[in-house]
Amino acid sequence: MLPVLDEEVIRHRIAKRIALDFEDGAVVNLGIGIPTLVSDHLPEDVHVLLQTENGVVGAGPKPEKDDLRFIGAGGRCVSLLPGSSLVASDMSFGLIRGGHLDATVLGALEVDSEGNLANWMIPGKMVPGMGGAMDLVTGARAVYVATTHCDKKGRPKLVKKCTLPLTGAKVVSAVVTEFALFRKIDGKMVLCEIAPEVTEEEVKANTTMDYTVSPDLCTMKGIE
Amino acid sequence: MGHKLIKPVMSAEEAVQNVKPGSSLMVGGFNYAGVPYTLIDALVAQGTADLHLISNDTLYANDQHPEGVGHGQLVVKRQCRKVTASHIGLNRETQRLFNEGLMELELVPQGTFVERIRCGGFGLGGVLTPTGVGTIHEEGKQVIESEGKRYILELPLKADVAFIRGYKADRWGNLTYFGTGRNFNPAMATAADLVIAEVDTILKEGEIDANDIVTPGMLVDILVLKGDGYYASRT
Repeated sequence: MLPVLDEEVIRHRIAKRIALDFEDGAVVNLGIGIPTLVSDHLPEDVHVLLQTENGVVGAGPKPEKDDLRFIGAGGRCVSLLPGSSLVASDMSFGLIRGGHLDATVLGALEVDSEGNLANWMIPGKMVPGMGGAMDLVTGARAVYVATTHCDKKGRPKLVKKCTLPLTGAKVVSAVVTEFALFRKIDGKMVLCEIAPEVTEEEVKANTTMDYTVSPDLCTMKGIE
Repeated sequence: MGHKLIKPVMSAEEAVQNVKPGSSLMVGGFNYAGVPYTLIDALVAQGTADLHLISNDTLYANDQHPEGVGHGQLVVKRQCRKVTASHIGLNRETQRLFNEGLMELELVPQGTFVERIRCGGFGLGGVLTPTGVGTIHEEGKQVIESEGKRYILELPLKADVAFIRGYKADRWGNLTYFGTGRNFNPAMATAADLVIAEVDTILKEGEIDANDIVTPGMLVDILVLKGDGYYASRT
């Protein structure tokens, strides 16, 4: 059994670990949920340009007073930082598909051994649509998945092979959960960091995705 | 100067009479921003049904807004035969009607959605995109390999009528946009037989600096001043 952590601890731990991967000046698109929190954890000397697919390049935090004329991709109001620009959807997705984004951070229903990602529908149940996710995973230079290690019923979300419809094939660069960080290296998933509360065996027992363990395996960065 | 360049200014009620049963209708907007709310409200009141709605999302319909917000109302009121969109997760009725087989739904990746509209308006026969390759989205579509990479051939989208939302207009129909309200509006202005623009202000020709104009007036057929509805007045 994996230890039970507070939900807020989980969300912020995952967001903080991903934030540590970003370099100053990176252009990043953040999905809704845990990915949105990444912007709260960027180191002070790291300025990241946040792109929202509905047309802001250089989005800032939620303003004190909502203005529905400035909406972020998740439907939350955004502010504009000095130097930001507003673009139409064709330009926005040109930026995304054209390889102009350093990274995108998204949630997951399933991630598998080949780095396939499923996060947009459960047939017959949930059909929210893919929105911009398929374009983002296709075009961004790095695709970070921010997800809890298991689903609400305790089943692994990092699986041998995705059973749900894919958002993108072999697109995942890294997966960060509350217990582990995996990177895709030469097409294979590699366990690179592990949280202090768990052992390698416990991670293994709760992950059906095929992976190897990095010779440089270390404690997950960002955890005090 | 020819009078034909001057675009008629109509009430929303008068303008939406151009939408007939069975029409395909593009509606601009992403979430709350850039939505032609006044035109939509008039179309809801008119009750025209059997529509093919082409819009990025179907806004909201939930416990807080059971009647739906913006063009979400067209779904709730059962005025749509089909919806083409990229995201419908915030409108529970769109999901329910589709799941129960009561409405056709075509989900399109958002970047593909806007490119298909651009193809429709720009005279292109389609676009090759890597988005969706290796997913169920490529099923039933032509996949073309070019320079060692696989692409899906995505076909143009056009409509009988487009409702778009601008900020300032002049009487020639030239348009500017505001905030995140630009989104799909400039693309949709190119891709419909009849383009109706709802705007905040209508100025005389020449009163908008040509450098600021995003959509040239030649694409716009009818101008409607936004009303004082809850969302129209807040966007």
